[in-house]
Amino acid sequence: MKHRYLPMTEQDQKEMLETIGVSSIDELFSDIPEKVRFQGQYNIKPAKSESALLKELSAMAAKNADNKAYASFLGAGVYDHYKPIIVDHVISRSEFYTAYTPYQPEISQGELQAIFEFQTMICELTGMDLANSSMYDGGTALAEAGMLAAGQTKRKKLLISGAVHPESQEVVRMYALGQSIEVVQIPTKDGMTDIDALNEMIDDNTAAVLVQYPNFYGQVEDLRKVEAITHDVKALMVVSSNPLALGILTSPGKLGADIVVGDAQPFGISESFGGPHCGYFAVTTKLMRKVPGRLVGETTDEVGRRGFVLTLQAREQHIRRDKATSNICSNQALNALAAAVAMTALGKKGVQEIATQNILKTNYAKKAFEAAGFEVVFQGAHFNEIVVNVQTSITSLNKELLKKGIIGGFDLGKVEGTLEGYALIAVTEQRTKEEIDALVQEMGTFRA
Amino acid sequence: MHKDNQPLIFEITKEGRVGYSLPELDIPEVDLSSLLPDGLLREEPAELPEVSELDIMRHYTALSKRNHGVDSGFYPLGSCTMKYNPKINESVARFPGFANIHPLQDEETVQGAMELLYDLQEHLIEITGMDEVTLQPAAGAHGEWTALMMIRAFHLANGDTQRTKVIVPDSAHGTNPASATVAGFDTITVKSNEHGLVDLEDLKRVVGDDTAALMLTNPNTLGLFEENILEMAAIVHGVGGKLYYDGANLNAVMSKARPGDMGFDCVHLNLHKTFTGPHGGGGPGSGPVGVKADLIPFLPKPVLVKTEEGYHFDSNRPQSIGRVKPFYGNFGINVRAYTYIRSMGPDGLKAVTEYAVLNANYMMRRLQPHFDLPYDRHCKHEFVLSGRRQKKLGVRTLDMAKRLLDFGYHPPTIYFPLNVEEGMMIEPTETESKETLDAFIDAMIQIAKEVIETPEIVQEAPHTTVIKRLDETKAARTPVLRYKKA
Repeated sequence: MKHRYLPMTEQDQKEMLETIGVSSIDELFSDIPEKVRFQGQYNIKPAKSESALLKELSAMAAKNADNKAYASFLGAGVYDHYKPIIVDHVISRSEFYTAYTPYQPEISQGELQAIFEFQTMICELTGMDLANSSMYDGGTALAEAGMLAAGQTKRKKLLISGAVHPESQEVVRMYALGQSIEVVQIPTKDGMTDIDALNEMIDDNTAAVLVQYPNFYGQVEDLRKVEAITHDVKALMVVSSNPLALGILTSPGKLGADIVVGDAQPFGISESFGGPHCGYFAVTTKLMRKVPGRLVGETTDEVGRRGFVLTLQAREQHIRRDKATSNICSNQALNALAAAVAMTALGKKGVQEIATQNILKTNYAKKAFEAAGFEVVFQGAHFNEIVVNVQTSITSLNKELLKKGIIGGFDLGKVEGTLEGYALIAVTEQRTKEEIDALVQEMGTFRA
Repeated sequence: MHKDNQPLIFEITKEGRVGYSLPELDIPEVDLSSLLPDGLLREEPAELPEVSELDIMRHYTALSKRNHGVDSGFYPLGSCTMKYNPKINESVARFPGFANIHPLQDEETVQGAMELLYDLQEHLIEITGMDEVTLQPAAGAHGEWTALMMIRAFHLANGDTQRTKVIVPDSAHGTNPASATVAGFDTITVKSNEHGLVDLEDLKRVVGDDTAALMLTNPNTLGLFEENILEMAAIVHGVGGKLYYDGANLNAVMSKARPGDMGFDCVHLNLHKTFTGPHGGGGPGSGPVGVKADLIPFLPKPVLVKTEEGYHFDSNRPQSIGRVKPFYGNFGINVRAYTYIRSMGPDGLKAVTEYAVLNANYMMRRLQPHFDLPYDRHCKHEFVLSGRRQKKLGVRTLDMAKRLLDFGYHPPTIYFPLNVEEGMMIEPTETESKETLDAFIDAMIQIAKEVIETPEIVQEAPHTTVIKRLDETKAARTPVLRYKKA
């Protein structure tokens, strides 16, 4: 068998079989009982040459409408942001992407230091004491935060805001099911967590209150009100946060959060049809030994040089097995690297500027929709998203918009019955004034 | 600060430098304080670096030079299948039609992506011998938990509320018991026998009407094929339990034995191992789960289906366990795995397994005179040596691993599985040439010699790396997990 990935020659094979003392490769599989031995070949597509396969797959990719060919107003947790060109150049260095978990620190200092820097940047944005090396995504990070809170408080109930991303809510419920933890939804009022309802629902059995900041509807929740009620019963405040928004919003840490999680996708990570993205997980020092996943820490070598290692591993599955704080092993290291590069490129000034642009553009779109006679519901402060009452089928609307080169907003009727005919429109710094104006105009035309 | 310290990005920052290029604001500027409630406008900026684009490239290039990947050199890290990561995978995953599509777009606008996922599922169904596959889990451990949640739902649907126990062999990956705990099960360990295989008598002893499942890797973590697999399946099925296949070692049996034909009811795969993910320094991975027919109703939703109108995500699944991850899994990794499978074809995948196993047996036999081999029989894709002979001379496996760094190699997995004293788990993979294997074997033999003649060279290794052994106790006792300005 000749293949560019398989260097074995007939001569090699002959010599190796002789060394082993067998006459054929088949003999090496003689321990597989005849009854379970697979006969023949897989019934799968035959191999294609490099160029033929590139051609086929590029045609397959071309069937999809991508956000470089269309102006996208779709957000709902995944956003089209400025991705500095250098991100791809750094993560394409194969010393990074062909390595595995840095278990041998002497030859993994590059990865370890990059993650240490990532942890620091997440701490800076969230206002928390420490952050781990990454989680699968924002949804599973939120679920793990709920599990941590239940373990820490020894309580069995989570209150989750109805303004948390619906798919994240589903994932939290899934994790809770295995742990027999009750998950109760806090209703929303005007697109925000209903604080009065929270006040009535919370009790001494509540492990944590889970909110999103800015929330699923793009509204900036006032965490101070949540904090007072939550800590009053000694429950933990868990905040899921878009880290890019934290460039300009007061950090959840400063507002009293015990755990801050989210997805770093807005920092240099492709939308990629929903994954891989990059969950992050940040906590107060008090919760340090309960954190899931890997942590990189600073230390020194035998001659006093600074170096980095995986640390506090006694929490992890390969050491603690069934007593581990989580079962997570592989995380999203390469995407954490991508996010670190993007955060570095944006830097102290850029992260403020990009966050500001997102608020201003969202607000511009809101005003433009209102000027065109659309009702924009929920009147809190907006980041990235607004909810527009279109009073028509969003599916048909989006089909029309596509013809005009626009990917329309998210159909809220899919997740919330009372919001049938409402679109969640996302505006990032990537959308120009012309594109926003065109969207408003096309939607106006469609409605008329 | 030590003169040889590699600066942190925060230590080369200088006020006034930028590394970004944002669009000019093309709308009227509005005072932010009028748009945000009092107190929610950030007062203290996040202290991110201020550096130029060249500063960033030099910084990360310097870091990359302090990192060892498969492209840097041999990486026989057992259980992790560190094979070559084909470059075509990287190109395909970056096609705009794959990289820049949103998961919530109308299905008609992403039919190409859905076609790829569907065809990948079909390929994995054939490769595993299962009846259906979900691509939703993000990594191997996530797949384990997903499958266990399905097993839990299956038993509950049958009114079997007493099935609270998951059995794992003492040689199992740590994720197995950890996933069982997260899914709400208690873990029971079954012993290995003197041949390194699951002890059937002990298995009979621990199963019962409280058994939810047995989790098994085959070949196991010693690299040995569990040849009594059909008997084990009969024992577990006999008490009403399910048989779970940890696919971490699938590279050993492609086209030779399929989990579905061995009696397994469900399986997770690590696409970043067998199917060239890549590993990314610790992820992202992808951990699809395959199931037999009776578990299909419990698959996480949505389920990707093919209809006459095209591909569709079906959420109308009343018995589904729910959603284990937002959206549809790590699509970008699934694209890479699909590209790989299509590059190999049926002949190629068969050769992958044959050469991986040939390479492992060749290395094992050449190293056997120099190290202890606790289980002397044909291995599959990997094998485990013991350093107990060297330990008696005062040199630990850890020392030998560190000495290998001086030769430019990533060491094997060490001290795993737990049932081998001073274990070294070596997995060469099929993408390495005989010359590479021979050179590594020579280095190992030389180290074995050094242990006898000049043990201090091994005990004090590494000698040539950018940094010496690090003080891990200090790191754990006084954790410094982030940079703080002095």
